[in-house]
Amino acid sequence: MTLIKTKIGRRAFIRTTTLASGGLVLGFNWLASCKNKTEEEILAMPKEWFEMNSYLKIGDNGVVSIYTPNPEFGQNIRTSMPMIVAEELDIDWKNVVVEQAPYHAEKYGMQFTGGSRGIMTRWEPLRMAGASARHMLVAAAAEAWQVPAEEITTENGVLYHKTSEKSAAYGEMASAAAKITIPEDVQLKEVRDFKIIGKSHKNVDAKRIVTGEPMFGLDYQKEGMLIAMIEHPPAFGMTLKSVDNSAAKAMPGIKDVVAIKSFKDGYEKGGFDTNAFPEIVAIVGNSTWEVLQAKKKLKVEWKPIAAYSETIAGFRGKETKNIPAGLESSASHKAKMEELSSRPGKIVREDGDPAKAFKNAAKVIERTYSAPFLAHNCMEPMNAFAHVEGDKAQIAAPIQIPSLIVPTIASGLGIPAENIAMEMPRMGGGFGRKAYAHYVVEAALISQKVNAPVKLVYTREDDMTNGIYRPAYQATYRAALDQNNNLTALHVKAGGIPESPLFANRFPAGALDNYLAEEWSIDSNITIGAFRAPRSNFMAGAEQSFLDEVAEASGKDPIQFRLDLLKRAKENPVGEQNDYDAERYAGVLELLREKSDWNQTPANVHRGVSAYFCHNSYAAHVLDIRMEEGKPVVEKVVCAIDCGIVVNPDAATNMAEGAITDGIGNAFFGELTFKDGVPQKTNFHQYQMIRMSDAPKEIEVHFVANEIAPTGMGEPPFPPIFGAVANALYKATGQRHYRQPFVTEKQIVG
Amino acid sequence: MASFTLNINGTKQEVDLDPTTPMLWVLRDHIKLVGTKYGCGIAQCGACTIHLDGNAVRSCQLPVSSIGDKEITTIEGLSENGNHPVQKAWLEIDVPQCGYCQAGQIMTASALLKQNPNPSDTEIETAMNGNICRCGTYTRIKKAVKIAANSANA
Repeated sequence: MTLIKTKIGRRAFIRTTTLASGGLVLGFNWLASCKNKTEEEILAMPKEWFEMNSYLKIGDNGVVSIYTPNPEFGQNIRTSMPMIVAEELDIDWKNVVVEQAPYHAEKYGMQFTGGSRGIMTRWEPLRMAGASARHMLVAAAAEAWQVPAEEITTENGVLYHKTSEKSAAYGEMASAAAKITIPEDVQLKEVRDFKIIGKSHKNVDAKRIVTGEPMFGLDYQKEGMLIAMIEHPPAFGMTLKSVDNSAAKAMPGIKDVVAIKSFKDGYEKGGFDTNAFPEIVAIVGNSTWEVLQAKKKLKVEWKPIAAYSETIAGFRGKETKNIPAGLESSASHKAKMEELSSRPGKIVREDGDPAKAFKNAAKVIERTYSAPFLAHNCMEPMNAFAHVEGDKAQIAAPIQIPSLIVPTIASGLGIPAENIAMEMPRMGGGFGRKAYAHYVVEAALISQKVNAPVKLVYTREDDMTNGIYRPAYQATYRAALDQNNNLTALHVKAGGIPESPLFANRFPAGALDNYLAEEWSIDSNITIGAFRAPRSNFMAGAEQSFLDEVAEASGKDPIQFRLDLLKRAKENPVGEQNDYDAERYAGVLELLREKSDWNQTPANVHRGVSAYFCHNSYAAHVLDIRMEEGKPVVEKVVCAIDCGIVVNPDAATNMAEGAITDGIGNAFFGELTFKDGVPQKTNFHQYQMIRMSDAPKEIEVHFVANEIAPTGMGEPPFPPIFGAVANALYKATGQRHYRQPFVTEKQIVG
Repeated sequence: MASFTLNINGTKQEVDLDPTTPMLWVLRDHIKLVGTKYGCGIAQCGACTIHLDGNAVRSCQLPVSSIGDKEITTIEGLSENGNHPVQKAWLEIDVPQCGYCQAGQIMTASALLKQNPNPSDTEIETAMNGNICRCGTYTRIKKAVKIAANSANA
């Protein structure tokens, strides 16, 4: 048994009764009515609940209610997080009900859904929540039976004392256990004793999803609730000048038309306060259709912004950002990127003597890769419910990081942050976009102005043209080869608008004696932010395409070529700081080689391979393409992942399948261009999304079996698929693909 | 404003509203059936799919004035207790990720199987291509449609 001090997660073990005050004070609970199981599916609901800690309570009849702390956006943590608690509590999964915890920083710490950090950061606290509650039940039984606690065992929610033949269900001991002091130390199970973790469990919300029950932010209803929509500038680089609201206000069902300003003057923004259009107009009315009609009648004048600088207090400390004036276009972006690519960049890492190695090279390969801005296009557009009454606010919104927007809401409303209560309904997709919750601030400000409960709804057009986009990127790779075609040096120079995508300390850094990494960036007023595996989602494709080309020039098998580099990185690494574990990296490639039957390419298909490390995990793919009338058809993808212990294998498999499909879609079609600041696509008739006919016909996902604590899962399988697509397309067409999107043919269907 | 009597999931519903209002918003705002989802408003994503006399239609482009006495079925009315073969297949495969598009996917799939109980892979793709799943659950959706077809034919 592993003995772990609870002090790491101390704040997570507060009982509500010990809190002086908290976010629940305002008490509203739409989500509480959204339970995952019907009453006949569980034991009859208990007459009384006993709270063991902030994550779980036990009913007098043995039903256990587990709060899932982080917001859900499809990664299925509403199942896997409670599984971790249930494992250590040692209960029968069928007696578990899952509830979504509201925003509550004191009880749950950072309720962050993003960065593939959910399971990784909650792993220990959730295990300890279950284990400490089990410990309290054991202590209560020991006292009741007057036997030593060490002699008491548990199984499936029942306490046993073998010698005295006593037993009691958890429900019977819950009342006494809740009075026991929360332990300082708890024993956690050995991995080999897991009964719930590592076995596939069905999505606790699936039944409610397939029957259309309300659960998403957009489904939120409240008596007297009004609908609000926004009108934002038509172009990046513009802001509100004036509004003539008379015609819109006269439309049927319209209550008000108001201008709002998201930041008070001088407010210091945080890293997730990104907002291109802080001054907008809101139309508020009785129903969505009426508001949509009035939106068309609105007369707004816009004006160009002036250039400005701002200090952002983000995770990496304070940073100054320069926002230029002007209306930007993709054509000028491209020219600027070419220019910056041709100039020396900022050197981020240099190993050995790359200049000398390139000078002495028998052969130099140089290739440039680029990718455009991307819109997130979550199926559920941005929306938020807010009800501001005096100095209190109730919020219910699909949101990835509630704690980071609370100060902005409080400042905007002029109320104390502790007076803001927030529920996090299920998100209809997030992909990074719902980490930037300006729409929640907007809803709160609108509610305050019109003095009513309001649900703000973005149209698809608002969602696509008021984005926090994936930046546009470009990278140039150079490889030096000696007379024997051995790779002797690698040089990468990468940049983007407005940020560099470079990770200078990732593979193949560490595997090469001579290595140079440079970066550049171009300021822009187009707002950008996290998009599933930020920066990695471009670098993986560029790097893995380039390595494929170098492997070919070296006359080596592409998997063996990578394994040889990894062997060097493991045995004799170059440099002090290499971010990846070369052994785990090689492990996924070896598993992939075996599972894909790499040396036996099936007839009529063309194979591409790619691997990448990000978000603390390793993923690799073999992708088989068949050409049909000049169009690529993805027959099969075989995927290998090392993300440590896999809590819920089928759910993790589903996520990997999604990442693969999402990546193929973006590699084939994903693109948003701009002209004079205006996004050139507004809806799905123009923005091509992957559809079923372009999705892989088959996907196989394999996990490396180990006992390493879980690392990231939602993002790691996404970046390498871009390289696998590019490398398979090369095999299929004989042409290397350097510029995304790779397939430009329009195939819009309705 | 105009009055309409609609036949929704076997129940008569009276609404009084702008006759151009699409069924999507009639369902969501007026009848309070929110299982039918808004995704694009221009019939390009399929999230708002309902059945009109048994045929899959995009409710965001369907004015309430065009309905007459046709029968409307929404995801809430597809089965008594989530036990339609398509819903059961969705649960068996555990299809959803975020779940937002799945009501529309299920409504399209159930209409397809009613008209074509044994669809080929290509026929499934053609029917389902109008429904976007941003999470990328297409391989599971296809598998579930086939399971539903087999179970209904068993």
